[in-house]
Amino acid sequence: MLAYLLRRLLISVPTLIFISFIIFAILDLAPSDPTASLPLTIPPDVREQIRQSLGLGEPFHIRYLKWCQQFFVNEPLNLIDTWMGVESERPRILSWATRSPVVDLIAERMPQTLWVVGMSYVIGVILAIPLGMISAYKQYSWFDQAATGFAMLGFSVPTFFTGLVFIIVFAVNLQWLPSVYDTTHVVDDWDSFVYQVKQMIMPTMVLALFNASQISRFVRSSVLDNLRHDYVRTARAKGLKERTVLVAHVLRNSMLPVVTVIALGVPTIFGGAIITEQIFRVNGLGQLLIVGIQSADIPLVQTLTFLFAVLIVLCNLIADLLYGIMDPRITYE
Amino acid sequence: MTTRRLLLSATAMTAAMAALVAPAQAERGADGQLNIIYWQAPSTLNPYLSGGTKEVESASMIIEPLVSFNEKGEFVPRLVDEIPTVENGGISEDLTTITWTLKDGIQWSDGTPLTAEDAVFTWQYCTHPEGGCAQASYFEGVTNVEAVDAQTIKITFSEPKPFPYTAFVGSESPIIQKAQFEDCLGAKAPECTTENFGPIGTGPFIVTEFKPNDVITLEANPNYREPDKPAFGSVLFKGGGDAASAARSVLETGEFDYAWNLQIEPEILKQMEAAGKGKVVVAFATSVERLHLNQTNPDPALGDTRSTVDGGPHPFLTNPVIGQALSMAIDRQLLVDVGYGQAGRVTCNVLPAPEAYASTANDACKVQDIEGAKKLLDDNGIVDSDGDGIREFEGTKLSVLYQTSTNSVRQGAQALIKQWWSEIGVETELRNIDASVFFGGDPASPDTFQKFYADIEMYTNNFSGVDPEAYMASWICGDMPRPDSQWQGNNVMRYCDPEYDALVKEMARTADLAERQNLAKRMNDMLMQSYSIIPLIHRGGASAHANSLAGVLINDWDSELWNIADWHRVK
Repeated sequence: MLAYLLRRLLISVPTLIFISFIIFAILDLAPSDPTASLPLTIPPDVREQIRQSLGLGEPFHIRYLKWCQQFFVNEPLNLIDTWMGVESERPRILSWATRSPVVDLIAERMPQTLWVVGMSYVIGVILAIPLGMISAYKQYSWFDQAATGFAMLGFSVPTFFTGLVFIIVFAVNLQWLPSVYDTTHVVDDWDSFVYQVKQMIMPTMVLALFNASQISRFVRSSVLDNLRHDYVRTARAKGLKERTVLVAHVLRNSMLPVVTVIALGVPTIFGGAIITEQIFRVNGLGQLLIVGIQSADIPLVQTLTFLFAVLIVLCNLIADLLYGIMDPRITYE
Repeated sequence: MTTRRLLLSATAMTAAMAALVAPAQAERGADGQLNIIYWQAPSTLNPYLSGGTKEVESASMIIEPLVSFNEKGEFVPRLVDEIPTVENGGISEDLTTITWTLKDGIQWSDGTPLTAEDAVFTWQYCTHPEGGCAQASYFEGVTNVEAVDAQTIKITFSEPKPFPYTAFVGSESPIIQKAQFEDCLGAKAPECTTENFGPIGTGPFIVTEFKPNDVITLEANPNYREPDKPAFGSVLFKGGGDAASAARSVLETGEFDYAWNLQIEPEILKQMEAAGKGKVVVAFATSVERLHLNQTNPDPALGDTRSTVDGGPHPFLTNPVIGQALSMAIDRQLLVDVGYGQAGRVTCNVLPAPEAYASTANDACKVQDIEGAKKLLDDNGIVDSDGDGIREFEGTKLSVLYQTSTNSVRQGAQALIKQWWSEIGVETELRNIDASVFFGGDPASPDTFQKFYADIEMYTNNFSGVDPEAYMASWICGDMPRPDSQWQGNNVMRYCDPEYDALVKEMARTADLAERQNLAKRMNDMLMQSYSIIPLIHRGGASAHANSLAGVLINDWDSELWNIADWHRVK
């Protein structure tokens, strides 16, 4: 197991370096200009000076190597310095739009994304597993039909639509919930906690609906698959309670493919749900990415996309390892 | 009216206005929190490093210029008592220096006094060659800024400057504190994150927290020069999302007090306003949505010389008769109604404001006249000789490629205009290009508005401040985008008339305000009658504020938040 882990980790290093190069090249080749969004009243020579001050005058490979040095060497060392309480002087990756360190921007956005998008994923999974199981167990019953309908709806209606409907119903007409997420809100007593819950409900539920409908379909088909197996019949023939058959035998086996789906979905939490964050102004990582793209803030987009790539590679690895833990038949020797 | 009289009356009027809008119970911070929403979130609070409207306007609550513009485009002194003129000796007789005297006793929010040294430093900061200062054009032609004494700032220009109110005038050119930014010159500017995110200012508010691209929290500046202002104790300035939901949060849910730049369909905005929680306010400055008619030949067969003077003139668009017919066929009022609503009005001038500069010679364009356009073309022998519905001029079909940036309002206008032109026998092919490419200025891209590889293109341009001299100088022969200028240049339609260039030179020498207005009108009329520019819509900024918020005087000449110190709550 350990040897397998090490081997996989070692392979991921060249993979990630290659990915970082591809991302950099794509962003560089794309026709974009960080001064394009400025008002036309700013004259061309000033724009050129701005571009020069951003380092755009340097050739492609130098800029790529600089980014690599800043990301792989300077940022980790700076982090260690901060832990040790030492003032560090190494150049950091600076965003072009804000002129501030990209890593700090990402750290600042992390809490709201984890809370809102992460929570929606957890709720989605919690809803999806029983929903999928019951659907499969009572195939073609009214419950199954209703759950299928719900899943179809949740999956095919885009979040920008459900989000808007939620806002119009709960914020505009009923005035129960705020339509704008307040990222400066601090939870320090019961009332502020209630407000936090209130402002999280809409974005979380919009995303949870989407996640639940997707995952519940995987659960359903996986459970259906397993219910037809011989071991289920054996278990029932032994006189086990139906509950035990379902939970201890069918569910455990059915979870194998589902775990992969769930684990591979985790990076999308960090990717944020771009549209949902935008609608409710959660202003997390997804919104950061979209703002970066709109203002051609290449260092920001590069760093964020690369971090997502790292997460995807890691989550793949975790999914593979979980397989080994959940299914004793699989070994990594 | 002389400059001095205009300025004095402006000063007097502002004082009167300030007295009018002042809250009855005057106490700083008495009105609690003000919630502002900008659907584009500010990235930094240092406008010298950004140049975007969102950054300039959010910073205008904190740092101030010497003088602002009010909602009519008139001067409002902020950090000075008097506007320098030639008459009061503030501007030298040869028009090469201007001397400002700071008001007594102004303090930075940290309690230290504002001095002329801060202005000198601001100039050094923005003109540092490695700094990439976005507002460098405000200091163009400035050879020296010196502190004569602690209160007196003397600015020297390299040549006579008839309109010297550029440096430190308007929200794009505020004064920053020397003590704070001293170590942030040139290449070090972007590394000063703490400073850029929390500038110390003389304005009504100070930053308590800044989250880039997200939210700013501010509180009243305890050292603000007017002891009873601002009425609000704190400000929450939220960013992000889109214009429609920003409007909704003010007009329908009432969560916010002020929402900026609501470019949404007029019908939707009207519906939201009907909810009765707030109202939409509109201000106009100099933005004009216009068509540029390429005066050079964009034919792809010309290779490298397409859309340049070397490629020769355009086969038919240099003929003013055709331009005039194209202009007559357009129903500008319908374009306004469909795409802009309150935030647009019909214009026949590329220079529609300030009012004293606006010509009335071209007003015929306000009414659509398709029959007249047809007759005009017929009378000039530009007819459809082969019966395909498209007219020919000297053997060339009147077929145009019409491009603009990708934006639903613009595509709507394109479709309407194409329809009208087809009615007068002009064939139109439409094209839209992503805004970041179209306005991106990349000399390698064939799709920029400067390269103009099309016959006609549409976009909005404007100038900041109130003086159109530099703007009108955009259309001199020498300022065409060319390969050897890396396709940079303001004369996008490649207009060239030595007579026009002479007027531009004359304006640069003229200090008398009335004469300057006259010159600007003449230049505007020359452009209009050449039909190389067809103005369509005078565009304004639309914002919304809650009914409980008073004192808002929306302003398109300066920051919309220019008078935020006077905003207050009404019960």
